[in-house]
Amino acid sequence: MSTQAVTIKQCGGCATDCHTAQLTKLGIKVRNWDFAVALAGNPNTGKSTIFNALTGLRQHVGNWAGKTVSRAEGAFNFEDKKFKLVDLPGTYSLLSTSVDEEIARDFILFGKPDVTVVVADATRLERSLHLVLQILEITNHVVVALNLMDEAERDEMTIDVRELTRELGVPVVPMSARRGTGVSELLKAIGKVAAGQFPLQARQIRYEDKKLESAIETLTAQLGETFADLPNARWVALRLLEGDESVINAVRTKTLGTLKIENSFSQLALSEAR
Amino acid sequence: MKVENIIEQAAVLRGAIGDDLHDRLTTAIYKDAGQIADRAVARQGKSASQSFDQKLDRVLTSRLWGFPLMLLMLTIVLWLTIAGANVPSAMLSDLLQGTVYNTLHSLANSLNSPWWLSGFLIDGVYLATAWVISVMLPPMAIFFPLFTLLEDLGYLPRVAFNLDRLFKRAGAHGKQSLTMMMGYGCNAAGVVSTRIIDSPRERLIAIITNNFSICNGRFPTMILIGTIFIGATAPPVLASFIAATSVAAVAVLGIVFTLLVSAFLSKTWLKGEASSFSLELPPYRPPQIWQTLYRSIIERTLIVLKRAVWMAAPAGAIIWLIGNIFVGEMSIAAHVIGFLNPFGLLIGLNGVILLAYIVAIPANEIVVPTILMLTLNAAKSGLAQNGVMIELDDLQVREVLTGVGGWTLLTGINLMLFSLLHNPCSTTIWTIWQETKSFKWTTVATVLPVVLGIVVCLLTASVARLFNII
Repeated sequence: MSTQAVTIKQCGGCATDCHTAQLTKLGIKVRNWDFAVALAGNPNTGKSTIFNALTGLRQHVGNWAGKTVSRAEGAFNFEDKKFKLVDLPGTYSLLSTSVDEEIARDFILFGKPDVTVVVADATRLERSLHLVLQILEITNHVVVALNLMDEAERDEMTIDVRELTRELGVPVVPMSARRGTGVSELLKAIGKVAAGQFPLQARQIRYEDKKLESAIETLTAQLGETFADLPNARWVALRLLEGDESVINAVRTKTLGTLKIENSFSQLALSEAR
Repeated sequence: MKVENIIEQAAVLRGAIGDDLHDRLTTAIYKDAGQIADRAVARQGKSASQSFDQKLDRVLTSRLWGFPLMLLMLTIVLWLTIAGANVPSAMLSDLLQGTVYNTLHSLANSLNSPWWLSGFLIDGVYLATAWVISVMLPPMAIFFPLFTLLEDLGYLPRVAFNLDRLFKRAGAHGKQSLTMMMGYGCNAAGVVSTRIIDSPRERLIAIITNNFSICNGRFPTMILIGTIFIGATAPPVLASFIAATSVAAVAVLGIVFTLLVSAFLSKTWLKGEASSFSLELPPYRPPQIWQTLYRSIIERTLIVLKRAVWMAAPAGAIIWLIGNIFVGEMSIAAHVIGFLNPFGLLIGLNGVILLAYIVAIPANEIVVPTILMLTLNAAKSGLAQNGVMIELDDLQVREVLTGVGGWTLLTGINLMLFSLLHNPCSTTIWTIWQETKSFKWTTVATVLPVVLGIVVCLLTASVARLFNII
């Protein structure tokens, strides 16, 4: 696997792709990054394709769900800032616990990425939004990459991206990663959110049940007292109320916030083994 | 405030709110997602492409046509591989085992290098490497792009869908059909991919049975043996087709064993019900031909080849050493082969094959080259020593094996069966240990296939002997 930096220089004429001119793919050289970016999304929505487009790495891509089962990491430079990119396993939710969902969830919650890019499938928007909304509960530093726009077009669907951006309160970038369109816009959005230049007003689900909301508030306050730098007390409170064993254990052993990283490179080793 | 107090309080509050919180949260999210999607998406009926996808799916996943089409597809891919690999394979072995090999030897002679040094380096390390390249490169360069094209199109999930029913009946998780497909690339990758299965019981079943998917390293062995022992028995026009069918048959047998062993495990050591899940059929996507070619040739083919060469070089050295270090009258290799031979012959194989499988534990890729070198070494063939052994095309491989090694059709068939049913390679064993952290299950996953292989080979050998077929 090449660790050499590849700078894309040619820009001439292309009006849309000028931003990729400032993209330097760094392969697996992940050291001293300025921003950490997590890549989440449903299975088979093109996460690995986007990961490869940004880092210049060649993760195995295939047209089926469930290829990426652990985290893969890569890096790229954009506008003089160094980004570490972590490709998370594809999941439909962060609610139930299987190994892959736990890896994704733990990283978004405790890995404290500066930006979480959620790759959404334009042809199955509603289902993709389940995950987007759950991630918005954890963090508002989110960019939604609305991928597979070419397929949505083929299926004669039109998606109102501005409306979607308004509803979600985070940038939504339409793209077709397989064709390489939208990559520059995605980079721009990541850069803006990372630098705190985008007015984020992430949609939060409020529950109509008053008893529930007050219970959340009580626990959130108590958690805030005990754990000084808890990334998202409201989310942890909800899991405690649900009786989520892994979160209860993490609270009990005070390991909330320490991330297991043993799996991070096995996927890279794998893509080499194939 | 103490941590335990928070947890206690959460439990109290949970009681007040009700047990169905998880469902309520999920419902709220679904409702919200539905509303947003309704506002943002406008669609005009069902598109032509979607209904085309559905029509195609109705055929490819139909109860009647699903399996025959699968088999047909596999046979065609294998046939193209076998028919296409013949000429380049012969050219490569001409070059590597002929021209280059001779040049190296004359160079060594002119440098007056001692026999053991040139023997060790040229007849050992170099020759094994050259073998691996000429035997494996052409079939891989054809097979992988074809297989990747099918994957890119979206056909593999359809295969998984067809198999899902059977897995459920075997008491295994439907996702095991996916991890099994992954195993066709590499068993170690297949074992890691079982992480998508939530239940530990079903995950263990998937891990243990993954070895029955013929991996990249074993396909070339199957293809070569199928070509020279089974294809060659048919008239020349049909030879490639018969060879392809035989390899496809072994692949299908692998699926049968996956199901049988899964069923056995879920009824004995790993009892339980199959959990349900919904398998997703992705849309058919037009494959990206050039990218596929690049990816599968540069990445898959060369990476597998690199690994094989890395493994072949030391293996070649070992083969040369055990063939040339003498204990008493015979070389070490001859002692071991002599010791293994009676048992090998009993199960329709021979001592050379068994030794080759021991030498090749690190990588299945090098089994055939190892067998050939051991056969030639063991027979003390004059050919091998003065450097004429070279330039073996398919026909000559057959001659060496039948003439020098005493192989029969039964040996060929049983080698294919044993190649399907034997211990996983060391990388896979290590991965199984990493994933299970269980000595017991790693051992089961390692030993079970070998035992099965020995039983099956013994069975075919007995049948062949009983009816005097071979």
